[in-house]
Amino acid sequence: METLERLIEEHPFCHGMEKGYLELLVGCASNARFDAGQYVFRQGEEANHFYLVRHGKVAIEIHAQERGAIILQTVGEGDVIGWSWLVPPHRWMFDARAVEQTRAIALDGECLRRKCEEDHNLGYELLKRFAYLMAKRMEAARLQLINIHGPLD
Amino acid sequence: MALSTDSAMTSPVANPMIPVPWRVQKARRETRDTFTLTLRPANGEPLPAFAPGQFNMLYLFGVGEVAISISGDPADQENLVHTIRAVGTVTRPMQRLKRGAVLGVRGPFGSPWPVEEAEGNDVVIVAGGLGLAPLRPALYRLLAHRQQYGRIVLLYGARTPRDLLYQRSLDQWQTRSGIEVAYTVDAAAEDWRGNVGVVTTLISKARFDPVHTTAMICGPEVMMRYVIMELEKLGVTDENIFISMERNMKCAIGFCGHCQFGPTFVCKDGPVFRYDRIEPFFKLRGV
Repeated sequence: METLERLIEEHPFCHGMEKGYLELLVGCASNARFDAGQYVFRQGEEANHFYLVRHGKVAIEIHAQERGAIILQTVGEGDVIGWSWLVPPHRWMFDARAVEQTRAIALDGECLRRKCEEDHNLGYELLKRFAYLMAKRMEAARLQLINIHGPLD
Repeated sequence: MALSTDSAMTSPVANPMIPVPWRVQKARRETRDTFTLTLRPANGEPLPAFAPGQFNMLYLFGVGEVAISISGDPADQENLVHTIRAVGTVTRPMQRLKRGAVLGVRGPFGSPWPVEEAEGNDVVIVAGGLGLAPLRPALYRLLAHRQQYGRIVLLYGARTPRDLLYQRSLDQWQTRSGIEVAYTVDAAAEDWRGNVGVVTTLISKARFDPVHTTAMICGPEVMMRYVIMELEKLGVTDENIFISMERNMKCAIGFCGHCQFGPTFVCKDGPVFRYDRIEPFFKLRGV
């Protein structure tokens, strides 16, 4: 059976992380499974977790009254969902919905914030990784914004 | 390995400035603004050979002429296939052509994708929007000689699910052709089950050996720029990256200068360029 520690260590987000930090993460981790159509979280809810996706696909969505749900991005195996746990006021900014059955490692944000306050090196390590992730997401979002394939209807 | 795009050139027609009449065999709507014309020679002459990546000048009599990449199978001895976006004064009326209509054709022109030079390598094809059309002949060739290549990866991005070209082929290639296919759209409603995000986000997830990879890219220039950056980050070298450039082509044989790109003409030296050979001009604004 695969242990949580092994699963976390093998996830791309954690590649190269010191063993001591991995152990700290494991202390805040649990397995999570979402069926197709199930919401991982909804906009406005308290953001107490982030997720390391192992399998499946999750749509990050925004709901517009006139257009219904608009998918902003999909994430899948090897991706991370959520950084609102890290940024006050710790509320989700978007909806996240499993498009297909999805397995992930859920990391408890409150638990991690506490550990980061106790050990700033861990905090810096996590911030570096999230900063890279945020930069990549922003780059992709900007490319989406300029609409390189031409105008939408 | 230094790759060249010069070796697989095919010989153009006897007088490259005179259009030859071709008849529309089939006209097929692909998306809301894109269609595919299948042509056969009106005079029954044999189909001129073309190499993947080359283009023809299609002449709508009395209206005008446009450069269109060939999008069909290079092994097809009967049909010449072009996929066209209806955006201008020539291509909009061209979209209304029915079976039996006659077009003028000059070509084939230009440099091809390095499909032979890539043998032994992994091949990564990255397409954006209509950019899949000029890459499809290369894909047909790779699939016909599947055993000559390592991994073959096709990454494709379009505006919305309705803008994805060749959807049936994409699904067939994905399921039973021994290539890894991933496609994504920039925007979608909640009933879409596929990927959403720009095509660059697919690159780091694809499985290939960057050191032994030939990359072929076609799409909007800004997309190609970011795709190249992602490939370079993974370790693909510039001499193994090939891009297809688009400029306003008129004569198609390097006389008129309309398609000048730095010291080259896209019609005659391109449209497929090895990236390291044009990199300084590719990064210049306004070239």
